[in-house]
Amino acid sequence: MMDQLLAPAPAAQAPAPARRFKSGSNLERMLAAGHFAVTGEIGPPKNHDADVIRRKAALLQGCVDAANITDNQTAVVRLSSIASGAILVGQGLEPVVQMTCRDRNRLAMQSDLLGAAALGIRNVLCLTGDHQSHGNHPGAKNVHDIDSIQMVRMVKEMRDEGLFQCGEEISGGGPPLLIGAAANPFADPFELRVHRLAKKVAAGANFIQTQLVFDMSRFREYMKRVVDLGLHEKVAILAGVGPLKSAGMARHMRDKVPGMVVPDGYVARMEAAVEGVAAEDKTARREAWRAEGIRICIEQIQELREIEGLRGVHIMAIEWEEAIRPIVEGAGLFPRPAPEA
Amino acid sequence: MIVAKQKPLSELTAMLDGYRNVLAVGCGTCVTVCFAGGVKEVGILASALRMARRLDGQPMSVAETTVQRQCEAEYIAPLAEGLDEFDAILSLGCGVGVQTLAERFPDKRVLPALDTTFMGLPTEQGVWEERCQGCGHCVLDITGGICPVSRCAKQLMNGPCGGSQGGMCEVDSDTPCAWQLIWERLDRQGLADRLLEIQPPRDWSTSRDGGPRRIVRDDLRLPPPEDV
Amino acid sequence: MTAAETPFEPKIVAFCCRHCAYAAADLAGTSRLAYPPSLNIVELPCTGRVDVLELLRTFEDGVDGLLVAGCLPGRCHYLAGNLHARQRVDYAQRWLEDIGLEGERLRMINLSAAMGAQFAELATEMAETIKGLGPSPLGTRRAAGEIPSIGCAACGDPAPSLAESAHDRGDGR
Ligand code: SF4
Ligand code: SF4
Repeated sequence: MMDQLLAPAPAAQAPAPARRFKSGSNLERMLAAGHFAVTGEIGPPKNHDADVIRRKAALLQGCVDAANITDNQTAVVRLSSIASGAILVGQGLEPVVQMTCRDRNRLAMQSDLLGAAALGIRNVLCLTGDHQSHGNHPGAKNVHDIDSIQMVRMVKEMRDEGLFQCGEEISGGGPPLLIGAAANPFADPFELRVHRLAKKVAAGANFIQTQLVFDMSRFREYMKRVVDLGLHEKVAILAGVGPLKSAGMARHMRDKVPGMVVPDGYVARMEAAVEGVAAEDKTARREAWRAEGIRICIEQIQELREIEGLRGVHIMAIEWEEAIRPIVEGAGLFPRPAPEA
Repeated sequence: MIVAKQKPLSELTAMLDGYRNVLAVGCGTCVTVCFAGGVKEVGILASALRMARRLDGQPMSVAETTVQRQCEAEYIAPLAEGLDEFDAILSLGCGVGVQTLAERFPDKRVLPALDTTFMGLPTEQGVWEERCQGCGHCVLDITGGICPVSRCAKQLMNGPCGGSQGGMCEVDSDTPCAWQLIWERLDRQGLADRLLEIQPPRDWSTSRDGGPRRIVRDDLRLPPPEDV
Repeated sequence: MTAAETPFEPKIVAFCCRHCAYAAADLAGTSRLAYPPSLNIVELPCTGRVDVLELLRTFEDGVDGLLVAGCLPGRCHYLAGNLHARQRVDYAQRWLEDIGLEGERLRMINLSAAMGAQFAELATEMAETIKGLGPSPLGTRRAAGEIPSIGCAACGDPAPSLAESAHDRGDGR
């Protein structure tokens, strides 16, 4: 039964003439061409300052194949991900618009997906969303009309079958969106994590971005199971990485962030990075930490490239977008290839 | 059972500001067994209100009574007698009890003394936990007898989310992750494979989202008087 | 101020467990140890018998202070009666604070039957605390007619006695 369920999803009966690409996005073409993909991430500001987005986008431009735009990340109100995505489109940096199930019901989601496509957005990442109790409006009502797996399937049905959730046809066809989903190999129960990935693949995910990978041995074990089930052939898995900024951040992520495993070795390396640097010299400590954080991140990417079944990395350096370029360069992934259209 | 807790005294004294003669009405069913609105809690709250008002220099009389079931008209009917002397009823019933009183005595101010919180059970003495939200379409058959609507903070149907860690929910480390429990239960029953099936979006119209719900049983209704 | 002329003698009630504090109070008496004359001792089979309702009602009736005296932790004759009493005293203290009375007017102490001297000492200490706080602002007695009971509609009992009422727990639980 499990095998049957894990078997490839029946090929979508696309009503439109066979398109070579589902979305035609740069990310899709990159993956189709077999390149090791690199995506980045931009956190929109907590105001309506478009220049913040433009500035961050400029830092990522040329270093990544596409940049995620978070959707009220950690349940904190920020400039809309779709609006930010449109700004990126205008600037020539391809966005991956994140969308959570926390803030929208299926009406709003479908409407926003159409809107996103109309604005030239070609990639969407379907997320459950952090619980609002962790954010800045803990008294808000959450929606969760559908969950992330149902959302993946919804986007697929819209795109490939040209149907709304109610079964009504979308005149002129569905929005051309490459469908992404998240995976957290470090959450519990571990046994279920690969199954959950399989469900996302069966629902129609085209690419997966994982939670930050620090625990390499657990990730290898996870990827082994993924490969054993052949899931890596049905979906492009991008491993999440991110540079540590300080020893404090490493400890915080190890101890406080739900669903995150940071081995003590990295915490120790970050602590050792400032040995011999005077505690009062804040700038020097900061620089030492950041240099070590970038070094660790580059090493991780190199390790990850050796893992079978992995198709790229997703670099999360929120509020430190300057780090992306040295990381991509250091990992030997610069410049980015230009796939044919 | 329906589980409730008493409102803070300060909220109640503010609510009762200006009233001088109040009848506190407890309920002998759910809120008695969850120690929120039974005979004893009525006594404690009434005594506390009288003392607080005496200290404010605004003495208020609070009479005490408890009915067996506040949510059925028959049980509250006897209260009609003698109600004239009170300028408000303070209900220690659940929200249904408060509304039953308000419907039965529409000219009276009926005020809630409790915050009705959930349908659940005592998991140990002094601890109650939510188990059902009355979603109108029970899925416990699929989820191993563990309700994802009331027990998963995100009401996932294809859980667990990425925040589940060490068996606990990302919302707070004292709350078990419902989907961890569902997985363990189904695994124990040899049915873990079922979790691979994608559950489709729910039809929430059976739930609160469909507006106030109503159940009609024609076989139980009284025949129209003209037919009798 | 008249208080200066007639010194304030606080009315204190002590709920004492028969197995320890009550005997300790007795011992204090027979040993001629001084403790406040206005202390009213109420004998209980165990402090586990104490209920929040009774604690509050006692204050409503106008006492200035209330002592609950049980066995030493781990020495309760009914295993955990004194521990339950402690929890209820803590809970009742929160009620008192909400009502606007000082929580210090209610106190739980733990003694053995042999601790007559400690009983006298703690009772005196309590009296001093209450003297410092002054008389209960609630006044002496419950105002007449403040609790017009209309009885219990559940059973028709004209005036349900509260703590002992048979329908106290609704379903007998
Ligand atoms: S699925 Fe619905 S009806 Fe069943 S226990 Fe959960 S909330 Fe209640
Ligand atoms: S941690 Fe578990 S219970 Fe909590 S929201 Fe996620 S799936 Fe639901």
